[in-house]
Amino acid sequence: MALPEILTGMRVVIRNVFKGKETMSYPEVRRQPWPRFKGRHVLERHPDGLEKCIGCELCAGACPADAIYVVGAENKPGARFSPGERYAQIYQINYLRCIFCGLCVEACPTEALLMTTEYEISGTSRDDLVYTKEQLIVDAPIQRHWDTKIEYSPDRTTKQKAGRDGASS
Amino acid sequence: MSKTERTLEEHELIQRIEGDGQGAFVESYDAEAEVMTINMGPVHPATHGVLRLFLELDGETVMDCKPMIGYLHTGMEKECEDQNWRGAVTIVTRMDYLAPFHNEHAYSRAVEKLLGIEVPPRGVYIRMLMSELNRLTSHLVQFGTQGLDMGAMSAMFYGFREREIITDFFEMVTGLRMNHGYIVPGGVWEDLPDGWQEQVANILDVMPGRLNEYQDLLSENPIFIERTRGVGTITAEECDTLGVTGPIARASGIDWDLRRDMPYEAYDELSFEVPTQEQGDVYARYQIRMAEMVQSVALLEQIVDQMPDGDYKNMDPKLTPPPRSELNRSMEAVIHHFKLVTQGYAVPKGESYFAVESPRGELGAFVVSDGGTSPYRCHVRDPSFYNLQSLPVMAKGGLIADLIACIASLDPIMGGVDR
Repeated sequence: MALPEILTGMRVVIRNVFKGKETMSYPEVRRQPWPRFKGRHVLERHPDGLEKCIGCELCAGACPADAIYVVGAENKPGARFSPGERYAQIYQINYLRCIFCGLCVEACPTEALLMTTEYEISGTSRDDLVYTKEQLIVDAPIQRHWDTKIEYSPDRTTKQKAGRDGASS
Repeated sequence: MSKTERTLEEHELIQRIEGDGQGAFVESYDAEAEVMTINMGPVHPATHGVLRLFLELDGETVMDCKPMIGYLHTGMEKECEDQNWRGAVTIVTRMDYLAPFHNEHAYSRAVEKLLGIEVPPRGVYIRMLMSELNRLTSHLVQFGTQGLDMGAMSAMFYGFREREIITDFFEMVTGLRMNHGYIVPGGVWEDLPDGWQEQVANILDVMPGRLNEYQDLLSENPIFIERTRGVGTITAEECDTLGVTGPIARASGIDWDLRRDMPYEAYDELSFEVPTQEQGDVYARYQIRMAEMVQSVALLEQIVDQMPDGDYKNMDPKLTPPPRSELNRSMEAVIHHFKLVTQGYAVPKGESYFAVESPRGELGAFVVSDGGTSPYRCHVRDPSFYNLQSLPVMAKGGLIADLIACIASLDPIMGGVDR
Protein backbone atom coordinates (compact mmCIF):
# COMPACT_ATOMS: atom_id res chain seq x y z
CA MET A 1 0.00 0.00 0.00
CA ALA A 2 0.98 3.59 -0.49
CA LEU A 3 -0.08 4.74 2.93
CA PRO A 4 3.34 5.89 4.26
CA GLU A 5 3.88 8.30 1.35
CA ILE A 6 0.42 9.78 1.70
CA LEU A 7 0.96 10.19 5.45
CA THR A 8 4.26 12.00 4.79
CA GLY A 9 2.39 14.40 2.52
CA MET A 10 -0.37 14.87 5.06
CA ARG A 11 2.20 15.64 7.73
CA VAL A 12 3.34 18.63 5.64
CA VAL A 13 -0.23 19.84 5.34
CA ILE A 14 -0.96 19.41 9.04
CA ARG A 15 2.28 21.13 10.03
CA ASN A 16 1.32 24.08 7.87
CA VAL A 17 -2.13 24.32 9.44
CA PHE A 18 -0.54 25.45 12.72
CA LYS A 19 1.95 27.85 11.11
CA GLY A 20 -0.22 30.93 11.11
CA LYS A 21 -1.91 32.73 8.28
CA GLU A 22 -0.10 34.04 5.21
CA THR A 23 -3.13 35.97 4.01
CA MET A 24 -4.64 39.11 5.46
CA SER A 25 -8.24 40.32 5.65
CA TYR A 26 -7.83 43.01 3.06
CA PRO A 27 -10.17 45.91 3.64
CA GLU A 28 -9.38 45.96 7.38
CA VAL A 29 -5.67 45.21 7.08
CA ARG A 30 -3.91 46.94 4.23
CA ARG A 31 -0.57 46.01 2.84
CA GLN A 32 1.92 48.86 2.88
CA PRO A 33 3.93 48.71 -0.34
CA TRP A 34 7.65 49.33 -0.52
CA PRO A 35 8.76 52.95 -1.03
CA ARG A 36 9.63 52.31 -4.69
CA PHE A 37 6.11 51.13 -5.48
CA LYS A 38 4.72 52.74 -8.60
CA GLY A 39 1.23 53.77 -7.65
CA ARG A 40 -0.98 56.71 -8.52
CA HIS A 41 0.65 60.02 -9.41
CA VAL A 42 0.71 63.38 -7.71
CA LEU A 43 1.81 66.79 -8.90
CA GLU A 44 3.97 68.64 -6.44
CA ARG A 45 4.18 72.30 -5.49
CA HIS A 46 7.14 74.48 -4.56
CA PRO A 47 7.38 75.51 -0.88
CA ASP A 48 6.00 78.93 -1.82
CA GLY A 49 2.85 77.38 -3.25
CA LEU A 50 3.65 77.68 -6.96
CA GLU A 51 3.26 74.57 -9.09
CA LYS A 52 6.39 72.73 -10.10
CA CYS A 53 4.83 71.60 -13.37
CA ILE A 54 5.85 73.87 -16.23
CA GLY A 55 3.56 72.31 -18.85
CA CYS A 56 6.43 71.00 -21.01
CA GLU A 57 4.51 67.83 -22.01
CA LEU A 58 7.58 65.64 -21.73
CA CYS A 59 5.60 63.18 -19.58
CA ALA A 60 2.92 62.94 -22.24
CA GLY A 61 5.60 62.30 -24.86
CA ALA A 62 7.34 59.63 -22.83
CA CYS A 63 4.17 57.72 -21.92
CA PRO A 64 4.08 54.40 -23.82
CA ALA A 65 0.33 54.10 -23.29
CA ASP A 66 -0.70 57.68 -24.23
CA ALA A 67 -2.36 58.08 -20.85
CA ILE A 68 -1.32 61.67 -20.15
CA TYR A 69 -2.89 64.75 -21.69
CA VAL A 70 -1.30 68.12 -21.07
CA VAL A 71 -2.12 71.53 -22.45
CA GLY A 72 0.30 74.23 -21.47
CA ALA A 73 -0.38 77.96 -21.25
CA GLU A 74 1.62 81.12 -20.61
CA ASN A 75 1.78 82.59 -17.13
CA LYS A 76 0.40 86.14 -17.05
CA PRO A 77 1.58 88.83 -14.65
CA GLY A 78 -1.77 88.81 -12.88
CA ALA A 79 -2.22 85.05 -12.82
CA ARG A 80 0.99 83.20 -12.03
CA PHE A 81 0.80 79.45 -11.44
CA SER A 82 4.41 78.30 -11.82
CA PRO A 83 7.80 80.01 -11.50
CA GLY A 84 8.68 79.57 -15.18
CA GLU A 85 7.09 81.01 -18.29
CA ARG A 86 4.51 78.28 -18.75
CA TYR A 87 2.20 76.16 -16.64
CA ALA A 88 -0.15 73.24 -17.28
CA GLN A 89 -3.60 74.58 -18.01
CA ILE A 90 -5.05 71.10 -18.40
CA TYR A 91 -3.35 68.09 -16.87
CA GLN A 92 -5.08 64.72 -17.03
CA ILE A 93 -3.92 61.17 -16.38
CA ASN A 94 -6.20 58.45 -17.64
CA TYR A 95 -5.91 55.52 -15.25
CA LEU A 96 -7.76 53.28 -17.67
CA ARG A 97 -4.70 53.48 -19.89
CA CYS A 98 -1.83 53.97 -17.43
CA ILE A 99 0.47 50.95 -17.13
CA PHE A 100 2.46 52.34 -14.16
CA CYS A 101 5.83 52.02 -15.88
CA GLY A 102 7.20 55.22 -14.36
CA LEU A 103 8.62 56.65 -17.61
CA CYS A 104 6.69 59.91 -17.03
CA VAL A 105 8.36 60.39 -13.65
CA GLU A 106 11.74 59.75 -15.27
CA ALA A 107 10.89 62.29 -17.96
CA CYS A 108 9.75 65.12 -15.71
CA PRO A 109 12.56 67.73 -15.66
CA THR A 110 11.30 69.63 -12.60
CA GLU A 111 10.35 66.69 -10.35
CA ALA A 112 6.77 67.89 -10.41
CA LEU A 113 5.26 64.52 -11.29
CA LEU A 114 5.84 61.81 -8.71
CA MET A 115 4.38 58.45 -7.94
CA THR A 116 2.87 57.47 -4.61
CA THR A 117 2.34 54.08 -3.05
CA GLU A 118 -1.43 54.30 -3.36
CA TYR A 119 -2.70 51.33 -5.32
CA GLU A 120 -6.45 51.46 -4.75
CA ILE A 121 -7.58 53.15 -7.93
CA SER A 122 -11.13 52.31 -8.89
CA GLY A 123 -14.20 54.14 -10.01
CA THR A 124 -17.77 53.61 -11.03
CA SER A 125 -17.47 55.21 -14.46
CA ARG A 126 -14.84 55.86 -17.07
CA ASP A 127 -14.85 59.57 -16.30
CA ASP A 128 -14.04 58.80 -12.66
CA LEU A 129 -10.72 57.36 -13.71
CA VAL A 130 -9.52 60.31 -15.74
CA TYR A 131 -7.80 62.21 -12.97
CA THR A 132 -7.68 65.96 -13.47
CA LYS A 133 -5.11 68.43 -12.26
CA GLU A 134 -7.23 69.28 -9.19
CA GLN A 135 -7.16 65.64 -8.08
CA LEU A 136 -3.50 65.14 -8.80
CA ILE A 137 -2.01 68.25 -7.26
CA VAL A 138 -1.08 68.09 -3.60
CA ASP A 139 -0.93 71.10 -1.33
CA ALA A 140 0.46 69.61 1.85
CA PRO A 141 4.22 69.59 2.42
CA ILE A 142 5.58 66.21 1.41
CA GLN A 143 8.16 64.00 3.01
CA ARG A 144 10.45 62.36 0.51
CA HIS A 145 11.56 58.77 0.67
CA TRP A 146 13.18 58.67 -2.68
CA ASP A 147 14.72 61.03 -5.17
CA THR A 148 11.64 61.03 -7.35
CA LYS A 149 9.31 59.29 -5.01
CA ILE A 150 7.00 60.38 -2.25
CA GLU A 151 5.03 58.58 0.39
CA TYR A 152 1.42 59.60 0.32
CA SER A 153 -0.89 57.97 2.77
CA PRO A 154 -4.55 58.64 2.24
CA ASP A 155 -6.71 59.10 5.29
CA ARG A 156 -7.11 55.58 6.59
CA THR A 157 -5.65 53.17 9.09
CA THR A 158 -2.80 51.17 7.68
CA LYS A 159 -1.40 48.32 9.68
CA GLN A 160 2.15 48.35 8.44
CA LYS A 161 4.23 45.33 7.65
CA ALA A 162 1.48 42.91 8.59
CA GLY A 163 2.00 40.84 5.48
CA ARG A 164 5.72 41.19 5.13
CA ASP A 165 6.51 39.72 8.53
CA GLY A 166 4.04 36.95 7.98
CA ALA A 167 5.58 36.02 4.65
CA SER A 168 9.13 35.91 5.94
CA SER A 169 8.45 33.68 8.94
CA MET B 1 -42.45 37.40 -24.98
CA SER B 2 -41.97 36.99 -21.26
CA LYS B 3 -38.70 35.94 -19.77
CA THR B 4 -39.78 32.40 -18.79
CA GLU B 5 -41.11 31.67 -22.26
CA ARG B 6 -37.86 32.68 -23.85
CA THR B 7 -35.78 30.61 -21.45
CA LEU B 8 -37.89 27.55 -22.12
CA GLU B 9 -37.57 28.01 -25.84
CA GLU B 10 -33.81 28.44 -25.60
CA HIS B 11 -33.61 25.33 -23.47
CA GLU B 12 -35.52 23.32 -26.06
CA LEU B 13 -33.33 24.69 -28.81
CA ILE B 14 -30.17 23.63 -27.00
CA GLN B 15 -31.66 20.19 -26.35
CA ARG B 16 -32.50 19.79 -30.01
CA ILE B 17 -29.02 20.84 -31.11
CA GLU B 18 -27.33 18.57 -28.60
CA GLY B 19 -29.64 15.75 -29.71
CA ASP B 20 -28.29 16.14 -33.25
CA GLY B 21 -24.80 15.82 -31.92
CA GLN B 22 -24.23 19.54 -32.52
CA GLY B 23 -23.90 22.05 -29.75
CA ALA B 24 -21.87 24.60 -28.00
CA PHE B 25 -19.03 22.16 -27.37
CA VAL B 26 -19.68 19.42 -29.89
CA GLU B 27 -18.48 20.38 -33.34
CA SER B 28 -19.46 17.18 -35.13
CA TYR B 29 -20.30 13.57 -34.40
CA ASP B 30 -19.56 10.68 -36.73
CA ALA B 31 -21.95 7.93 -35.57
CA GLU B 32 -20.38 5.24 -37.75
CA ALA B 33 -16.82 5.71 -36.62
CA GLU B 34 -18.01 6.82 -33.16
CA VAL B 35 -15.67 9.80 -33.32
CA MET B 36 -16.78 13.01 -31.72
CA THR B 37 -15.10 16.35 -32.34
CA ILE B 38 -15.39 18.75 -29.44
CA ASN B 39 -14.05 22.12 -28.40
CA MET B 40 -12.15 22.44 -25.19
CA GLY B 41 -11.73 26.06 -24.25
CA PRO B 42 -10.94 28.86 -25.00
CA VAL B 43 -12.39 29.57 -21.57
CA HIS B 44 -11.63 26.45 -19.61
CA PRO B 45 -9.98 26.43 -16.18
CA ALA B 46 -7.50 23.70 -17.13
CA THR B 47 -6.17 25.29 -20.32
CA HIS B 48 -4.09 27.92 -18.51
CA GLY B 49 -5.50 30.93 -20.24
CA VAL B 50 -7.36 31.19 -23.48
CA LEU B 51 -6.10 28.10 -25.26
CA ARG B 52 -8.70 26.40 -27.44
CA LEU B 53 -8.24 22.72 -28.16
CA PHE B 54 -10.02 20.97 -30.97
CA LEU B 55 -10.29 17.36 -29.82
CA GLU B 56 -11.23 14.28 -31.78
CA LEU B 57 -12.46 11.77 -29.26
CA ASP B 58 -13.26 8.10 -29.37
CA GLY B 59 -15.04 7.70 -26.08
CA GLU B 60 -12.58 9.21 -23.67
CA THR B 61 -9.49 8.58 -25.77
CA VAL B 62 -7.95 11.52 -27.57
CA MET B 63 -7.50 10.58 -31.25
CA ASP B 64 -6.29 13.98 -32.35
CA CYS B 65 -5.69 17.33 -30.76
CA LYS B 66 -5.29 20.68 -32.45
CA PRO B 67 -4.30 23.66 -30.36
CA MET B 68 -5.91 26.83 -31.68
CA ILE B 69 -4.33 30.06 -30.62
CA GLY B 70 -4.84 33.75 -31.14
CA TYR B 71 -7.39 34.49 -28.44
CA LEU B 72 -4.93 36.68 -26.55
CA HIS B 73 -3.38 38.32 -29.57
CA THR B 74 -2.88 41.97 -28.66
CA GLY B 75 -0.39 42.99 -31.31
CA MET B 76 2.41 43.68 -28.87
CA GLU B 77 5.17 43.13 -31.43
CA LYS B 78 3.55 45.74 -33.66
CA GLU B 79 3.03 48.03 -30.69
CA CYS B 80 6.80 48.01 -30.08
CA GLU B 81 7.28 49.72 -33.42
CA ASP B 82 5.39 52.75 -32.09
CA GLN B 83 7.65 53.11 -29.07
CA ASN B 84 11.20 54.27 -28.84
CA TRP B 85 13.87 51.72 -27.93
CA ARG B 86 13.55 52.45 -24.22
CA GLY B 87 9.74 52.52 -24.18
CA ALA B 88 9.45 49.18 -25.99
CA VAL B 89 10.78 47.49 -22.84
CA THR B 90 7.44 48.22 -21.14
CA ILE B 91 5.65 46.38 -23.96
CA VAL B 92 8.08 43.46 -24.29
CA THR B 93 7.83 42.68 -20.58
CA ARG B 94 4.11 41.98 -20.94
CA MET B 95 4.48 39.16 -23.45
CA ASP B 96 5.41 36.16 -21.29
CA TYR B 97 3.93 37.64 -18.14
CA LEU B 98 5.32 35.00 -15.80
CA ALA B 99 8.89 35.63 -16.97
CA PRO B 100 8.96 39.41 -17.44
CA PHE B 101 12.66 39.76 -16.62
CA HIS B 102 13.64 37.23 -19.25
CA ASN B 103 11.66 39.07 -21.92
CA GLU B 104 13.34 42.34 -21.04
CA HIS B 105 16.68 40.61 -20.80
CA ALA B 106 16.54 39.10 -24.29
CA TYR B 107 15.27 42.33 -25.82
CA SER B 108 17.82 44.51 -24.04
CA ARG B 109 20.70 42.27 -25.02
CA ALA B 110 19.58 42.26 -28.65
CA VAL B 111 19.48 46.06 -28.67
CA GLU B 112 22.84 46.26 -26.90
CA LYS B 113 24.30 44.01 -29.58
CA LEU B 114 23.24 46.54 -32.23
CA LEU B 115 24.47 49.48 -30.17
CA GLY B 116 27.74 47.68 -29.44
CA ILE B 117 27.84 48.72 -25.79
CA GLU B 118 28.94 47.02 -22.62
CA VAL B 119 27.00 46.64 -19.40
CA PRO B 120 28.95 47.33 -16.19
CA PRO B 121 29.59 44.23 -14.03
CA ARG B 122 27.09 45.25 -11.35
CA GLY B 123 24.38 45.61 -13.98
CA VAL B 124 25.24 42.15 -15.29
CA TYR B 125 24.95 40.60 -11.85
CA ILE B 126 21.71 42.40 -11.02
CA ARG B 127 20.29 41.06 -14.27
CA MET B 128 21.29 37.52 -13.33
CA LEU B 129 19.91 37.95 -9.82
CA MET B 130 16.52 39.04 -11.09
CA SER B 131 16.45 36.40 -13.83
CA GLU B 132 17.12 33.56 -11.41
CA LEU B 133 14.54 34.82 -8.92
CA ASN B 134 12.12 35.07 -11.81
CA ARG B 135 12.85 31.44 -12.70
CA LEU B 136 11.86 30.51 -9.16
CA THR B 137 8.56 32.42 -9.31
CA SER B 138 7.68 30.94 -12.67
CA HIS B 139 8.45 27.37 -11.62
CA LEU B 140 6.52 27.89 -8.39
CA VAL B 141 3.46 28.87 -10.39
CA GLN B 142 3.97 25.79 -12.55
CA PHE B 143 4.27 23.64 -9.44
CA GLY B 144 1.06 25.10 -8.06
CA THR B 145 -0.97 24.78 -11.24
CA GLN B 146 0.35 21.31 -11.96
CA GLY B 147 -0.80 20.22 -8.52
CA LEU B 148 -4.12 21.98 -8.93
CA ASP B 149 -4.80 20.29 -12.26
CA MET B 150 -3.96 16.92 -10.71
CA GLY B 151 -6.38 17.60 -7.85
CA ALA B 152 -3.79 18.56 -5.23
CA MET B 153 -5.16 21.87 -4.08
CA SER B 154 -2.59 22.55 -1.36
CA ALA B 155 0.27 22.64 -3.90
CA MET B 156 -1.32 25.79 -5.30
CA PHE B 157 -1.39 27.47 -1.89
CA TYR B 158 2.20 26.56 -1.08
CA GLY B 159 3.53 27.52 -4.48
CA PHE B 160 1.91 30.93 -4.34
CA ARG B 161 2.98 31.46 -0.73
CA GLU B 162 6.65 31.18 -1.68
CA ARG B 163 6.13 33.16 -4.85
CA GLU B 164 4.75 35.97 -2.71
CA ILE B 165 8.06 36.44 -0.87
CA ILE B 166 9.89 36.80 -4.17
CA THR B 167 7.34 39.11 -5.81
CA ASP B 168 7.60 41.19 -2.67
CA PHE B 169 11.33 41.51 -3.36
CA PHE B 170 10.57 42.40 -6.99
CA GLU B 171 8.30 45.16 -5.73
CA MET B 172 11.04 46.40 -3.44
CA VAL B 173 13.54 46.62 -6.31
CA THR B 174 11.46 47.53 -9.35
CA GLY B 175 8.32 49.09 -7.88
CA LEU B 176 6.01 46.55 -9.47
CA ARG B 177 5.21 42.93 -8.79
CA MET B 178 4.87 41.97 -12.44
CA ASN B 179 5.68 43.62 -15.79
CA HIS B 180 8.57 45.52 -14.31
CA GLY B 181 10.32 47.23 -17.19
CA TYR B 182 13.45 46.98 -15.07
CA ILE B 183 16.12 45.61 -17.40
CA VAL B 184 16.70 48.26 -20.05
CA PRO B 185 19.23 48.51 -22.87
CA GLY B 186 22.45 49.59 -21.17
CA GLY B 187 21.88 48.05 -17.77
CA VAL B 188 19.04 48.16 -15.29
CA TRP B 189 16.59 50.93 -14.45
CA GLU B 190 17.72 51.56 -10.88
CA ASP B 191 20.29 50.23 -8.47
CA LEU B 192 19.31 47.69 -5.82
CA PRO B 193 17.84 49.48 -2.80
CA ASP B 194 19.36 49.41 0.68
CA GLY B 195 18.57 46.24 2.54
CA TRP B 196 18.30 44.03 -0.53
CA GLN B 197 20.78 41.52 0.94
CA GLU B 198 18.50 40.78 3.88
CA GLN B 199 15.54 40.20 1.61
CA VAL B 200 17.44 37.85 -0.70
CA ALA B 201 19.01 36.10 2.29
CA ASN B 202 15.51 35.56 3.62
CA ILE B 203 14.41 34.02 0.32
CA LEU B 204 17.47 31.78 0.25
CA ASP B 205 16.84 30.79 3.87
CA VAL B 206 13.25 29.84 3.25
CA MET B 207 13.42 28.19 -0.15
CA PRO B 208 15.47 25.00 0.42
CA GLY B 209 13.25 23.90 3.29
CA ARG B 210 10.11 24.63 1.32
CA LEU B 211 11.45 22.71 -1.70
CA ASN B 212 11.96 19.69 0.57
CA GLU B 213 8.39 20.11 1.75
CA TYR B 214 7.20 19.91 -1.85
CA GLN B 215 9.13 16.68 -2.28
CA ASP B 216 7.26 15.22 0.70
CA LEU B 217 3.96 16.63 -0.47
CA LEU B 218 3.84 15.78 -4.15
CA SER B 219 6.95 14.08 -5.53
CA GLU B 220 6.44 10.83 -3.64
CA ASN B 221 2.68 10.96 -3.55
CA PRO B 222 1.48 7.69 -5.18
CA ILE B 223 -1.69 9.34 -6.52
CA PHE B 224 0.36 12.05 -8.19
CA ILE B 225 2.83 9.52 -9.59
CA GLU B 226 -0.04 7.42 -10.90
CA ARG B 227 -1.41 10.42 -12.77
CA THR B 228 1.94 11.55 -14.22
CA ARG B 229 4.30 8.58 -14.71
CA GLY B 230 4.40 7.45 -18.34
CA VAL B 231 1.83 10.08 -19.31
CA GLY B 232 2.36 12.49 -22.19
CA THR B 233 5.63 10.98 -23.32
CA ILE B 234 7.72 12.78 -25.92
CA THR B 235 11.05 11.62 -27.26
CA ALA B 236 14.21 13.61 -27.81
CA GLU B 237 13.84 13.32 -31.62
CA GLU B 238 10.32 14.71 -31.48
CA CYS B 239 11.53 17.57 -29.30
CA ASP B 240 14.26 18.35 -31.81
CA THR B 241 11.86 18.26 -34.74
CA LEU B 242 9.29 20.51 -33.08
CA GLY B 243 11.80 23.01 -31.74
CA VAL B 244 10.90 22.28 -28.14
CA THR B 245 13.33 23.72 -25.61
CA GLY B 246 13.65 24.20 -21.89
CA PRO B 247 12.52 21.80 -19.17
CA ILE B 248 10.43 19.76 -21.63
CA ALA B 249 13.42 19.02 -23.86
CA ARG B 250 15.66 18.36 -20.85
CA ALA B 251 13.10 15.91 -19.46
CA SER B 252 13.43 13.96 -22.73
CA GLY B 253 17.19 13.74 -22.45
CA ILE B 254 18.34 16.74 -24.49
CA ASP B 255 21.20 18.18 -22.48
CA TRP B 256 20.88 21.78 -23.62
CA ASP B 257 20.81 24.90 -21.51
CA LEU B 258 21.70 28.28 -22.99
CA ARG B 259 23.13 29.46 -19.68
CA ARG B 260 25.81 26.78 -19.89
CA ASP B 261 26.13 26.08 -23.61
CA MET B 262 25.96 29.63 -24.96
CA PRO B 263 26.87 31.55 -21.82
CA TYR B 264 25.63 35.11 -21.67
CA GLU B 265 26.10 37.72 -18.94
CA ALA B 266 28.41 36.11 -16.36
CA TYR B 267 26.92 32.63 -16.19
CA ASP B 268 30.27 31.13 -17.18
CA GLU B 269 31.74 32.48 -13.93
CA LEU B 270 29.21 30.56 -11.85
CA SER B 271 29.01 26.84 -11.27
CA PHE B 272 25.72 25.04 -11.61
CA GLU B 273 24.35 21.79 -12.99
CA VAL B 274 21.83 21.27 -15.72
CA PRO B 275 19.42 18.56 -14.58
CA THR B 276 18.26 16.11 -17.23
CA GLN B 277 15.94 13.12 -17.28
CA GLU B 278 15.37 10.40 -19.85
CA GLN B 279 11.71 9.41 -19.49
CA GLY B 280 10.17 12.47 -21.16
CA ASP B 281 6.86 12.11 -19.34
CA VAL B 282 4.91 14.54 -17.18
CA TYR B 283 6.60 13.35 -14.02
CA ALA B 284 10.09 13.84 -15.50
CA ARG B 285 9.21 17.39 -16.50
CA TYR B 286 7.94 18.03 -12.98
CA GLN B 287 11.19 16.64 -11.54
CA ILE B 288 13.30 18.80 -13.87
CA ARG B 289 11.56 21.93 -12.69
CA MET B 290 12.04 20.97 -9.03
CA ALA B 291 15.74 20.31 -9.67
CA GLU B 292 16.07 23.60 -11.54
CA MET B 293 14.69 25.46 -8.55
CA VAL B 294 17.39 23.90 -6.38
CA GLN B 295 20.01 24.97 -8.95
CA SER B 296 18.57 28.50 -9.06
CA VAL B 297 18.91 28.77 -5.29
CA ALA B 298 22.54 27.63 -5.60
CA LEU B 299 23.13 30.18 -8.37
CA LEU B 300 21.54 32.95 -6.31
CA GLU B 301 23.87 32.26 -3.42
CA GLN B 302 26.88 32.67 -5.72
CA ILE B 303 25.43 35.81 -7.34
CA VAL B 304 24.84 37.47 -3.96
CA ASP B 305 28.37 36.59 -2.81
CA GLN B 306 30.02 37.93 -5.96
CA MET B 307 27.86 41.03 -6.46
CA PRO B 308 30.33 43.72 -7.58
CA ASP B 309 30.14 47.42 -6.81
CA GLY B 310 30.06 50.26 -9.28
CA ASP B 311 27.70 51.49 -11.96
CA TYR B 312 24.54 49.53 -12.61
CA LYS B 313 24.05 50.87 -16.11
CA ASN B 314 26.04 52.27 -18.97
CA MET B 315 26.50 55.94 -18.13
CA ASP B 316 26.97 57.11 -21.72
CA PRO B 317 25.07 60.45 -21.76
CA LYS B 318 23.78 59.68 -25.27
CA LEU B 319 22.08 56.54 -23.91
CA THR B 320 21.16 57.17 -20.30
CA PRO B 321 19.40 60.31 -19.08
CA PRO B 322 21.65 62.35 -16.77
CA PRO B 323 21.18 62.15 -12.99
CA ARG B 324 18.43 64.41 -11.78
CA SER B 325 20.76 66.57 -9.72
CA GLU B 326 22.57 67.58 -12.92
CA LEU B 327 19.43 69.03 -14.49
CA ASN B 328 19.40 72.08 -12.25
CA ARG B 329 22.93 73.21 -13.02
CA SER B 330 24.05 71.88 -16.39
CA MET B 331 22.49 73.07 -19.65
CA GLU B 332 24.12 70.15 -21.45
CA ALA B 333 22.37 67.73 -19.13
CA VAL B 334 19.01 69.37 -19.84
CA ILE B 335 19.59 69.05 -23.59
CA HIS B 336 20.53 65.38 -23.28
CA HIS B 337 17.53 64.74 -21.06
CA PHE B 338 15.19 66.47 -23.48
CA LYS B 339 16.58 64.64 -26.51
CA LEU B 340 16.41 61.24 -24.81
CA VAL B 341 12.85 61.71 -23.56
CA THR B 342 11.34 63.19 -26.70
CA GLN B 343 13.20 61.14 -29.31
CA GLY B 344 15.18 58.46 -27.58
CA TYR B 345 18.49 57.22 -28.87
CA ALA B 346 19.11 56.06 -32.40
CA VAL B 347 20.29 52.50 -32.92
CA PRO B 348 22.60 51.70 -35.86
CA LYS B 349 21.02 50.05 -38.86
CA GLY B 350 21.04 46.28 -38.73
CA GLU B 351 19.42 43.29 -37.15
CA SER B 352 20.29 41.11 -34.22
CA TYR B 353 19.02 38.10 -32.33
CA PHE B 354 19.70 37.26 -28.74
CA ALA B 355 18.33 34.35 -26.75
CA VAL B 356 18.21 33.72 -23.04
CA GLU B 357 17.19 30.63 -21.12
CA SER B 358 13.76 31.50 -19.77
CA PRO B 359 11.87 29.19 -17.38
CA ARG B 360 10.13 27.73 -20.43
CA GLY B 361 13.09 27.45 -22.77
CA GLU B 362 14.88 29.54 -25.34
CA LEU B 363 13.40 33.02 -25.30
CA GLY B 364 14.91 35.08 -28.06
CA ALA B 365 14.39 38.59 -29.30
CA PHE B 366 14.97 39.53 -32.91
CA VAL B 367 15.16 43.25 -33.48
CA VAL B 368 15.64 45.13 -36.73
CA SER B 369 16.68 48.74 -36.81
CA ASP B 370 16.51 51.08 -39.76
CA GLY B 371 18.80 53.47 -37.95
CA GLY B 372 15.93 55.32 -36.29
CA THR B 373 14.86 55.83 -32.71
CA SER B 374 12.24 53.09 -32.63
CA PRO B 375 12.39 49.41 -33.60
CA TYR B 376 11.66 48.72 -37.25
CA ARG B 377 10.63 45.21 -36.21
CA CYS B 378 10.72 43.45 -32.91
CA HIS B 379 9.98 39.75 -32.93
CA VAL B 380 10.12 37.58 -29.86
CA ARG B 381 10.71 33.86 -30.15
CA ASP B 382 8.61 32.77 -27.26
CA PRO B 383 9.23 29.21 -26.01
CA SER B 384 5.56 28.71 -25.09
CA PHE B 385 4.57 28.98 -28.74
CA TYR B 386 7.01 26.27 -29.84
CA ASN B 387 6.42 24.04 -26.83
CA LEU B 388 2.68 24.13 -27.45
CA GLN B 389 3.25 22.42 -30.82
CA SER B 390 4.30 19.30 -28.94
CA LEU B 391 0.90 18.95 -27.25
CA PRO B 392 -0.68 16.80 -30.02
CA VAL B 393 2.32 14.45 -29.87
CA MET B 394 1.94 14.07 -26.13
CA ALA B 395 -1.84 13.82 -26.01
CA LYS B 396 -2.52 11.42 -28.89
CA GLY B 397 -3.76 8.07 -27.66
CA GLY B 398 -4.16 9.19 -24.08
CA LEU B 399 -7.20 10.04 -22.02
CA ILE B 400 -8.68 13.52 -21.62
CA ALA B 401 -7.47 13.54 -18.02
CA ASP B 402 -3.93 12.90 -19.29
CA LEU B 403 -4.30 15.79 -21.70
CA ILE B 404 -4.93 18.07 -18.71
CA ALA B 405 -1.74 16.77 -17.12
CA CYS B 406 0.15 17.42 -20.39
CA ILE B 407 -1.07 21.03 -20.62
CA ALA B 408 -0.07 21.67 -17.02
CA SER B 409 3.39 20.20 -17.60
CA LEU B 410 3.86 22.29 -20.77
CA ASP B 411 3.22 25.42 -18.72
CA PRO B 412 2.15 27.48 -21.73
CA ILE B 413 1.72 31.21 -21.18
CA MET B 414 -0.83 32.40 -23.68
CA GLY B 415 0.38 35.97 -23.47
CA GLY B 416 3.67 34.70 -24.86
CA VAL B 417 2.10 32.37 -27.41
CA ASP B 418 -0.01 35.05 -29.06
CA ARG B 419 1.99 38.20 -28.27
